[in-house]
Amino acid sequence: MQFMLLFSRQGKLRLQKWYVPLSDKEKKKITRELVQTVLARKPKMCSFLEWRDLKVVYKRYASLYFCCAIENQDNELITLEIIHRYVELLDKYFGSVCELDIIFNFEKAYFILDEFLLGGEAQDTSKKNVLKAIEQADLLQENRPRQFFFLSAQLTTEKPL
Amino acid sequence: MALKIVKGSIDRMFDKNLQDLVRGIRNHKEDEAKYISTCIDEIKQELKQDNIAVKANAVCKLTYLQMLGYDVSWAAFNIVEVMSSSKFTYKRIGYLAASQCFHESTDVIMLTTNQIRKDLSSPNQYDTGVALTGLSCFVTPDLARDLANDIMTLMSHTKPYIRKKAVLIMYKVFLKYPESLRPAFPRLKEKLEDPDPGVQSAAVNVICELARRNPKNYLSLAPLFFKLMTSSTNNWVLIKIIKLFGALTPLEPRLGKKLIEPLTNLIHSTSAMSLLYECVNTVILCVQKLRILIEDSDQNLKYLGLLAMSKILKTHPKSVQSHKDLILQCLDDKDESIRLRALDLLYGMVSKKNLMEIVKKLMLHVDKAEGTTYRDELLTKIIDICSQSNYQYITNFEWYISILVELTRLEGTRHGHLIASQMLDVAIRVKAIRAFAVAQMATLLDNAHLLTGNTQRNGICEVLYAAAWICGEFSEHLEEPMATLEAMLRPKVATLPGHIQAVYVQNAAKLFATVLRGQEGVPADSTVAQETSQLLIDRLPLFVQSSNLEVQERASCILQLVKYIQKLQQKDVEVAEEVTALFAGELNPVAPKAQKKVPVPEGLDLDVWINEPPSGSESEDEGRKSKGKAVFAKEESRHTKPRYTEVDEKELAKRREVRKAEQANNPFYIKASPSSQKHSVSKPNPSPSFSLRLCHTLTHLLWMPMSDQYVKLEEERRERNKADKKKKKDKKKREKGEKGHRRRGDSGPESEEDITPAHMVDIVTEEMPENALPSDDDDKDPNDPHKALNIDLDNCPLMDYQVVVSVIFENKCDSFIKSMEFNVLDSLNSKLQRPDGAGPHDGLIVPFQLPPGISNEARFIFSVQNIMMPQKLKGTLTFIVKTDDSSTHEKLDFKLHFTCTSYLITTPCYSDAYSKLLESGDLKGCSLKLEGVNQPFHHLLARICFHHHFSVVERIDSCASMYSRSIQGHHMCLLVKTADQTVSIDAKCDEPGLLGNVLDEIKLTFSQC
Repeated sequence: MQFMLLFSRQGKLRLQKWYVPLSDKEKKKITRELVQTVLARKPKMCSFLEWRDLKVVYKRYASLYFCCAIENQDNELITLEIIHRYVELLDKYFGSVCELDIIFNFEKAYFILDEFLLGGEAQDTSKKNVLKAIEQADLLQENRPRQFFFLSAQLTTEKPL
Repeated sequence: MALKIVKGSIDRMFDKNLQDLVRGIRNHKEDEAKYISTCIDEIKQELKQDNIAVKANAVCKLTYLQMLGYDVSWAAFNIVEVMSSSKFTYKRIGYLAASQCFHESTDVIMLTTNQIRKDLSSPNQYDTGVALTGLSCFVTPDLARDLANDIMTLMSHTKPYIRKKAVLIMYKVFLKYPESLRPAFPRLKEKLEDPDPGVQSAAVNVICELARRNPKNYLSLAPLFFKLMTSSTNNWVLIKIIKLFGALTPLEPRLGKKLIEPLTNLIHSTSAMSLLYECVNTVILCVQKLRILIEDSDQNLKYLGLLAMSKILKTHPKSVQSHKDLILQCLDDKDESIRLRALDLLYGMVSKKNLMEIVKKLMLHVDKAEGTTYRDELLTKIIDICSQSNYQYITNFEWYISILVELTRLEGTRHGHLIASQMLDVAIRVKAIRAFAVAQMATLLDNAHLLTGNTQRNGICEVLYAAAWICGEFSEHLEEPMATLEAMLRPKVATLPGHIQAVYVQNAAKLFATVLRGQEGVPADSTVAQETSQLLIDRLPLFVQSSNLEVQERASCILQLVKYIQKLQQKDVEVAEEVTALFAGELNPVAPKAQKKVPVPEGLDLDVWINEPPSGSESEDEGRKSKGKAVFAKEESRHTKPRYTEVDEKELAKRREVRKAEQANNPFYIKASPSSQKHSVSKPNPSPSFSLRLCHTLTHLLWMPMSDQYVKLEEERRERNKADKKKKKDKKKREKGEKGHRRRGDSGPESEEDITPAHMVDIVTEEMPENALPSDDDDKDPNDPHKALNIDLDNCPLMDYQVVVSVIFENKCDSFIKSMEFNVLDSLNSKLQRPDGAGPHDGLIVPFQLPPGISNEARFIFSVQNIMMPQKLKGTLTFIVKTDDSSTHEKLDFKLHFTCTSYLITTPCYSDAYSKLLESGDLKGCSLKLEGVNQPFHHLLARICFHHHFSVVERIDSCASMYSRSIQGHHMCLLVKTADQTVSIDAKCDEPGLLGNVLDEIKLTFSQC
């Protein structure tokens, strides 16, 4: 897979993951072009389109479009399955995920994606394994930074002058 | 003091976190940009603080802003800081930011090498995990080279979580640093049988990706994959394996047979459509299944079915052709993607028999099509279909020309030039069609106003280019050349694009020649010919005024010519012959690849400057000029510059003057504005464009011979042909029958060969240069990154490394030496690399000869497995010495000494990396004392650097640290100290054997001086 984009019906980008190194300018151009093409398609149309020398596979879930670019020999249906699997993972993690979850916890959405795909290839086909890894990594991560500041403030007051 | 800290902390409590930022952006819909710019200012403040939590929060926000399209490259260093935090919370955020924002040209990536290495070896598996994830996004060739070993070690980590990540990322590393493939491959292969299914599927993934690009290197893995395919139940893995076999089968046909059984099992048993699709795609054995896909109501399956069918088409066109009905049906689909796929399929399905029918259907679609993109696509497809493989399927070119002419009806198409080039191509290459083509083109020219309409940009007017050229070049076929000539010189022509006008003018001259010949043939009427000349003289001045230089030049040239001709005509001189001679000779088509195929003549170097380039570009010149003459004056008075540049400067000044004068005199300079067009249209013709529009379709019906007529004619002709043939057959049969072998007459479907072309079509082949090289690799992309990964992994199962030995041959005798052959007796450890096909004891031919007193250098590559020990190889050089009267065969024995030093490569090392390396404790030490060395310290260092391939890391007074690296990646560190003619060297290396030998060699170097 070359890259994955998540965007809303209004064309707002919600998540982007690039597995090929490109300059920011190039990325922006591709994003703009693809968002336009995909949004212009009618709901009944198929999920695949040929674009430059790549194949684009997209799927709409509620208000969000999930859009992946794959190479020519890659399998479209398995890509659809990858998208679906990712949505399932998000759903399990957030509990019936909605667009706002992804907006406000976008770093989490990335962490889940990174546990699921690495360098554009699926690293684990088991949902359970992916979620387990995320949960454990979350345990390691301390609670919300805000509380952390508060604690540290308390600690510093206890120090003698 | 503490209070201050507390205050700071409390302030920070009110810092925005990511959620606040997102909420803020959503609440400031109207002035989003302004809000974000204040946020960025805040973030900049936060990044200045020492508290890592604040920094991480800031970086997290930046990552979000980056997604919204804001440039955050300025914070790259802060991202590295957060990455380096020891707390996982921040490290995770830092790596996420890096993976989103860094790319190959981010220069701080260089600084991350050691941090990443540390994280990779962290005891916490999640530290390693985020590092691997991040690395997969921003790995550069440098990082890949430096970290390849570390990642390779991780492939055997105890935790499958790390193993699978390490395996997957190796693919990225291979792409960036192909040399790592060979040493890593055995371990990668091992992982195919890893107990953990995740790791196993990761390894399958990587190897499949590799093998798809260079399948032949992976043939030996086929049995292993076969086992996996029959045992695995994981659809994802199966898809990859089947894909891999798809790449391998063309190389090893026997595989195909073996695969049929497991694949058909899968096809029948699987419920997963994706797997089914993959199987079908690979086997390409059941088109019927595909029909089910295409007939499905699900658009996705329909699309994929069509896609797969187009693949089958390439190998088994017959089996697909029977589904023509279905595919034509798909042309009516609502979904454009599906229609386009179907079009692709049609391209491959045509035959002589059905071409006309298919094109007729397509023409109907052209009429119906909404939206120009799809219509343009149809148009190109029609042309592609008809012109494919040298018009192989066209039996009636009259039909084709009329199709092309009908296509010109399309308004607003971008492909006018495509139609034009087809018209030209057919008219030039099919001689028999010229008369017909010319007649059609003449009508086109006569009705040019219908094509151009009122829009200048209308792409379709390109066909007039072709029409004008064909009418001019093949004017002998014209029935009424005079009428066409008149049509070509109408004032309206001046509104056409310049390049078309130019062709009009030029071909008007050709036509003129033909007209003259016709008119002079008729005796006693010289006035007609003179009138023709007068027509040109009247009309051409319009073109002479054109703003297009090409048109202007041609028009004025021809105008003068015609004026001269008229003078001659007035004296009753016959000029037709001579005028025709101007355009004598036939133009032949040239193949598009012809130029590429001409070999570059020996000794011609196209990259060498013929003259020294002028010292600056034009814009620079202008800049200098504006600065005043002082620059030149100075330079000239000093005479510091070499002579030729001085001439250049003068020359430049002169050229500038000339150019300025030219610009001043050229009325067309800076006349790009539309006002200049008023010039050319001297008498704006009151063109009734709307009234014409109304009768648009009607006129088409009147003046175009519909291609349908030709379809009908062609059918009748075929029937006749068939009947004729049958008659003949029957006759033969009857003859046979008389002999008693009567058989039932068969009237089966006519086969492809039965259709004979309408007239003997003489397709002129395109010209190629005589000495063209037969090369088939015209279309290989030299920049494909996968090319570098084409490494044969089977021939050298052991890891081995290359050493290049350069040998200088000097001829010290007075005779000529030739036919030198260099040979070395291979040891188990070191082998001379010989070209493919050469035996293990064959010598290598030295690619040059040596006249007396001349020396030359040749390079030989050795592969070495073990570099711990120095080695000596015995070798012989055989050669022929040629004297004036005789030549003798001679032999020279020599020994090649591979010291351990020769396996070291000078590699620079930064001091922090160096100290990390020493701290790591992996290196074993050894030391050496040299007494009585009385040379300056820097000489001594230079000597070690030069003779033993080290580089100095740091030098303080009489103490220096040095570093080198072996071709197998061993690190070697030296600490050199000197005091009172005594030099002590403390050395550390991860391979003590190698180190001892290198130290011995250093000792030897100093004892010799």
